[in-house]
Amino acid sequence: MSGPSTYVPNSGFTRWMDTRLPVLRLMHDTVITFPTPRNLNIWYTFGAILTFCLGVQLVTGITLAMHYTPHTEMAFNSVEHIMRDVNYGWLLRYVHTNGGSMFFLAVYIHMFRGLYYGSYKEPREMIWILGVMLYILMMATAFLGYTLPWGQMSFWAATVITSLFGAIPFIGEGVVNWLWGGFAVDVPTLQRFFSLHYLLPFVIAGVVILHIWALHVPGNNNPLGIDVKGPQDTLPFHPYYTVKDLFYLSLFIILFAAFVFYAPNYLGHTINYIEANPLVTPPHIVPEWYFLPFYAILRAIPDKLMGVVALFGSLFTLFFVPWLDRSKVRSARFRPIYKRLFWIFVADCLVLGYIGSQPVDGMIAGGTISLLWVGRLATAYYFIHFWVLMPFTHKWETPKPIPDSIAKPVLNGTS
Amino acid sequence: MPKIMLRLVFSLAISIVLGIIPSIVMSAEEIMEPEQQEWSFDGPFGLFDRAALQRGFHVYKDICAACHTLDLVAFRNLGDSGGPGFNENEIRALAASYMIPADPDERGRTTDADGRPLMREAIPADYYPSRFVNDNAQRAANNGSLPPDLSLIVKARDGGADYLYALLTEYGHDAPADLTVPPGQYYNPYFAGGLIAMPQPLFANQVVYADGTPATIEQMASDVTYFLTWTAEPKMEERKRLGFAVILFLIAFSMLCYASYRRLWHSEH
Amino acid sequence: MTVAQSQTADSSRRDFLYVATSAVGAVGATLAAWPLVAQMNPAANVLALSSVEVDISTVQPGQLINVMWRGQPTFIRRLTPDEITEADAVPIDDLLDDSARNGNLADNAVATGANRLAAAGNGAVEWLIVVGVCTHLGCIPAFDQGDYGGWLCACHGSQYDNVGRVRIGPAPDNLTVPPFTFISDTRVRIG
Repeated sequence: MSGPSTYVPNSGFTRWMDTRLPVLRLMHDTVITFPTPRNLNIWYTFGAILTFCLGVQLVTGITLAMHYTPHTEMAFNSVEHIMRDVNYGWLLRYVHTNGGSMFFLAVYIHMFRGLYYGSYKEPREMIWILGVMLYILMMATAFLGYTLPWGQMSFWAATVITSLFGAIPFIGEGVVNWLWGGFAVDVPTLQRFFSLHYLLPFVIAGVVILHIWALHVPGNNNPLGIDVKGPQDTLPFHPYYTVKDLFYLSLFIILFAAFVFYAPNYLGHTINYIEANPLVTPPHIVPEWYFLPFYAILRAIPDKLMGVVALFGSLFTLFFVPWLDRSKVRSARFRPIYKRLFWIFVADCLVLGYIGSQPVDGMIAGGTISLLWVGRLATAYYFIHFWVLMPFTHKWETPKPIPDSIAKPVLNGTS
Repeated sequence: MPKIMLRLVFSLAISIVLGIIPSIVMSAEEIMEPEQQEWSFDGPFGLFDRAALQRGFHVYKDICAACHTLDLVAFRNLGDSGGPGFNENEIRALAASYMIPADPDERGRTTDADGRPLMREAIPADYYPSRFVNDNAQRAANNGSLPPDLSLIVKARDGGADYLYALLTEYGHDAPADLTVPPGQYYNPYFAGGLIAMPQPLFANQVVYADGTPATIEQMASDVTYFLTWTAEPKMEERKRLGFAVILFLIAFSMLCYASYRRLWHSEH
Repeated sequence: MTVAQSQTADSSRRDFLYVATSAVGAVGATLAAWPLVAQMNPAANVLALSSVEVDISTVQPGQLINVMWRGQPTFIRRLTPDEITEADAVPIDDLLDDSARNGNLADNAVATGANRLAAAGNGAVEWLIVVGVCTHLGCIPAFDQGDYGGWLCACHGSQYDNVGRVRIGPAPDNLTVPPFTFISDTRVRIG
């Protein structure tokens, strides 16, 4: 896909720049003329949406940092100062918190798109691996950021998650004290969390550049999962996909605005409006919604160390996906068994999310079904999906006939 | 078949996700769910009832402030738009009626000749003063319990305004047979665990409203809930107003984007 | 119509639509950028402290008190009748800066003694209120030093007279008189 550049500078300034620092050429090749499959659907717009989300979080985060104080005695009040006194502070804060949720909503759709259409398969393995790294960086950033308002949930979630590292044999306690900078989550912890929360988004931005660079070597995958055969299969990224992305982005922003302006605290926890109190543990410590499935996996295993291993195992499993799935057919459209397994996996993730939101000893159906066992089953299924089902599905299924080219079905009006 | 399955799973997914979030807040113990009230600020276009905010401030000042604090509210906020709407003179007079610790004098003294702390009149820029010099003093005056600050209470409790109203009006119930109420605690079915350290705070005609509204328990509870909802979300009206303009703009913009998209892609489909 | 024909017929309408979309988008982006800029303006709590009320009931003629206003020291001085006469006697041409620099007057007011002073409840034009920050590079000048009955700035040697007008540089301007009002016989609100 990355053929020779077709950029021709046509003014004095652009010629001057081109021989000194060819950024304009880079922009032209990457975003203007880049040949993109003509059959991309809505699920392919989330890359652009994610870039927008990163920009929004960076900008609102930097402006919030102008007013926030990362000291335990002042953090909570500094956030309320932002909400009450800073011009449009309430808007910046609500955009930033809901922006985090929207960021994860978009990344989950983006990842599930990848799983469905086989975007992780040869030759796009590096894009997928960089993507998993981005996901993990996002999770770290969100965790660090959630501590900053120094509410009850901020403090206790930080305590629980950092304490997990104590499960590491021999060095665990030392690691935890090193993370804390002390013997409990306290002033040094908050200050370093603020520093790292400010740093990581720029690391994310750097890895995003690598992610897009890796994408531009083979070019985009597409819903049919077949390779681009020639120019008849593609369209220049601008204006076709810039305009299409802009449209879907505007819809996404409407959803975003609905949360920010009309339900700004819906996705949060009320107890985070209580200032952190190290002497009072809340009855239910729960992470934000986007971490719930992993929280369920953590709690499903009764042993602390094995729970941590399962948690990180569930994340690191994702790195292996390009090699776990052996099918030569990329898109689930043509893989009848894998398609059904995909949707069952989606349901499993939703079940895990629900389990994560409930108390560990929760019961449903009038006290007959223990959620703990549902969670254990769902956790087992998560690993079975990747390590047992994925590697063998290609042996069990007969793929549907795959179209010859992208252009033919599109021009025939069926895509 | 695949499309239907897609839509089914999707709707299921959305309902589960939307169902998860509020259900996170349910605890294992049985707490009574507060009854849904009708508030003037309900809904995307709901605004505060200004008269209720003013009466609610009156209730806070005369009753709640005896034990609670309101640390995040400054006197000047009482005149901000979207709030109770007191004018500058009323605020200055109100602030001046409170004495707060003064800065050290030119000799560095913080007490007067009799050893009492130097005090000064509060100004609008000052925050609503606490009756207590520190947490321990506040505990000592309240049977060892620390009454929470009320600035954010409506956002810090599940059920929000409905919860607060229920808590304030439902003290009249007898404790269930299997629950012993220790001395210094009181039974309230809406409070987690049923036992609350706060005695019934509101009694009929405890305050005399300036506008002549009868001060029933329900009326005072409603008014102070309005006031405390405002202290928790002083920018609510501005937020909803701006939200309306933003979403209208976004809908118009997305329609333009859609038209551009369709026209551009017309020949490629 | 062939594709080519329909394309040219559409092109002017198409261009307008794209231009309109881009324009609306640009407007939206600018509006969205506004809060990002406005958040740096002084916050409400800072603005609330942008004026300070001072009790001047104990200030005798010849006495100076120092208050903080907007984070800066501000001198309040009650001049004696002799000092007022002395200030009025200075010819305007002798001044390095002939502008009154008085926030309560128009910008073109001249730095006469009367334009630098104000009257409190008793009607006597004897009150000087100036921001105690040297107009050179911001040091705080010391009172009752220098040759003009006013202030001397130790940093670079600027001297001000008894109504705060600069008489020896390198300071370029007279000390600033902030906006203020006597809200009663005993209280002045600065800012």
